[in-house]
Amino acid sequence: MTVQAPAPTPTAAAPATRPLLQVTNLKKHFPIRRGVFQRVVGHVRAVDDVSFHINPGETLGLVGESGCGKTTVGRTLLRLIEPTAGEIAFEGRDVRALSGGQLRQLRRDMQIVFQDPYGSLNPRMTIRAIVEEGLIIHGLGNRKERLEKVIDTLEDVGLDPTYINRYPHEFSGGQRQRICVARALALNPKFMVLDEPISALDVSIQSQIINLFTELRRKHNLTYLFISHDLSVVEYISDRVAVMYLGELVETGTSRELYHHAIHPYTKALLSSVPKMTPGKKPERIVLPGDVPSPSRPPPGCRFHPRCPLAIDICKVESPRETIVDGHMFRCHVMEQQLKSPASKK
Amino acid sequence: MTEPLVEIKNLRTHFFTDEGVVKAVEDVSLTIPRGKTLGLVGESGCGKSVTALSIIRLISPPGKIVSGSIAFYDDGRKIELTTLPEAEMRKMRGSRIAMIFQEPMTSLNPVFTVGSQIAEAVRLHHRVSSREAWDRAVEMLHKVRIPDAQRRASEYPHHFSGGMRQRVMIAMALSCNPKLLIADEPSTALDVTIQAQVLDLLRDLQTEFGMSILIITHDLGVIAEMADDVCVMYASKVVEYAPVVELFTNPLHPYTRGLFASRPEPGKPKDQKLRTIPGVVPSPLRFPSGCKFHPRCAYAQERCKKEEPVLRRPNLSQIPPSHVVHCHFAEQIEEQEEAAVKSV
Repeated sequence: MTVQAPAPTPTAAAPATRPLLQVTNLKKHFPIRRGVFQRVVGHVRAVDDVSFHINPGETLGLVGESGCGKTTVGRTLLRLIEPTAGEIAFEGRDVRALSGGQLRQLRRDMQIVFQDPYGSLNPRMTIRAIVEEGLIIHGLGNRKERLEKVIDTLEDVGLDPTYINRYPHEFSGGQRQRICVARALALNPKFMVLDEPISALDVSIQSQIINLFTELRRKHNLTYLFISHDLSVVEYISDRVAVMYLGELVETGTSRELYHHAIHPYTKALLSSVPKMTPGKKPERIVLPGDVPSPSRPPPGCRFHPRCPLAIDICKVESPRETIVDGHMFRCHVMEQQLKSPASKK
Repeated sequence: MTEPLVEIKNLRTHFFTDEGVVKAVEDVSLTIPRGKTLGLVGESGCGKSVTALSIIRLISPPGKIVSGSIAFYDDGRKIELTTLPEAEMRKMRGSRIAMIFQEPMTSLNPVFTVGSQIAEAVRLHHRVSSREAWDRAVEMLHKVRIPDAQRRASEYPHHFSGGMRQRVMIAMALSCNPKLLIADEPSTALDVTIQAQVLDLLRDLQTEFGMSILIITHDLGVIAEMADDVCVMYASKVVEYAPVVELFTNPLHPYTRGLFASRPEPGKPKDQKLRTIPGVVPSPLRFPSGCKFHPRCAYAQERCKKEEPVLRRPNLSQIPPSHVVHCHFAEQIEEQEEAAVKSV
């Protein structure tokens, strides 16, 4: 077993710390097969050239509409889906090159919580068996130690350990999500992918689970990738936020920057679409025309250009590159020109 | 005060299941004003959808409207919906009252073109030729801003995206000029940018057609944007009822307060924990005694466990008479909360 490096202080977004996770040019293309011989007739470019990093102790929010590839990103990080190309480095180790025992060790450090707490628990297993399973697979502890660990973990996630021999159907949605979190937490991971973990829950239960995540993060020094389409929740929980559109990252910045000074026209439209809690006022809204195009035939040039209110000629041909201003990344031709011309600087 | 289109009084809808009687709607009274929007907000299982289905009488056994009245005012006539014969009710559905659902994917028939499905609804209520009905379908698709409506009318539902299908559903619902549109979570299954399009569309169509809307949602943001009046439901009961601005500025019921406080809002400090409503929504088979919210209520007292409160006007000077709340201690809680805010 590797000796654990001295725990880095979880100062959010301190540029000097080495990132816990570094993703470079990640791609995942799913083949589309047709006909008798299942010939590959095209590809769904679910994730195309995505790069980002997450610092230790930090929470990165990943937002976007359905089909933009955010879930695929989460799953490729753990190699639950094999990426097509790109690099994923976890604590400096290349995740894609690992196999066998090393991969298993990696999966102890990286865990995932899924959206649907009804579908992701085996109805025939007791809570104890569910939470203990990971410990058995990784050969951790003897029977007694494992039981202690299960009880500790259940207490950690706010479940009464006397329920240990009950089955998932005896629990409510919020409690089931706590069981899912306990299952992930039992292995003492360093990093957790939270894939829409509260979307299936009732409104009055959501805040309980959000508080649980922030508590656990502080207590166990966890790092999260928080995937969600709920922009207010992401703002609350994340230190930095990345916005995806049709398989690409269009903007990344600290959550304060991104929510108050969004640069990319898609981010602006997305933020303005969230229903505001101010009745009586007519919402000022950028309504985007049309629907999200299919990722199997993304538009040429900037993928957002057919819906973009700012689009100019170059957007139709050339894909915009990453521009970084004060750690705030965006990909947009128009905004790049605007921010670079000194006359328009405010 | 605008005149009402629908007036529900003391509605009770129960489901007689093998496991017991599920009292899905208990003593609900509400008014849908003419040309305005009433928002019905609550969590899953609180009875908001069953209330809506009772209005359009789509409650099937083991469910039954047990008591109460639903009055529909149509051109000066008062129609009692709970006792209307089924044949008459069928005429009301579509032509006077229309409904759209959360799932635009499953509400359309996959083997017919969308144009023919809308035309079918038109011909059910009007004696028109199939040509005229088709033209009406195209016109409606145009009204819900589906581009190239003429061509898209001959396409099948699977050619349409989620947002477009919801537009088709709205076109179908409005094709016979209903007086009331019931929208049950119309934007929940849609992405935020598409949700914004659909909500804007509904608002514009309301201005154009002048219908009333009953919108059902769990999203307070949607309520803020759409509703004129709001009715908050919890465990089959109306717990608070007020005009929208009033409810958002002065929520009185502990449950409503909790819903507002537990939402992460832009600008709320991040290092603070979110306020939560403890516990879970009770099962309608085993509702608690007294006030059904008392096991989760921070202010609950002995009286709350025994005695069910009534929906009443609170004795508070700043609260207008249109604001009612289902709580014994609304005044005391308001005073406590005011004091807490001042002391900070």
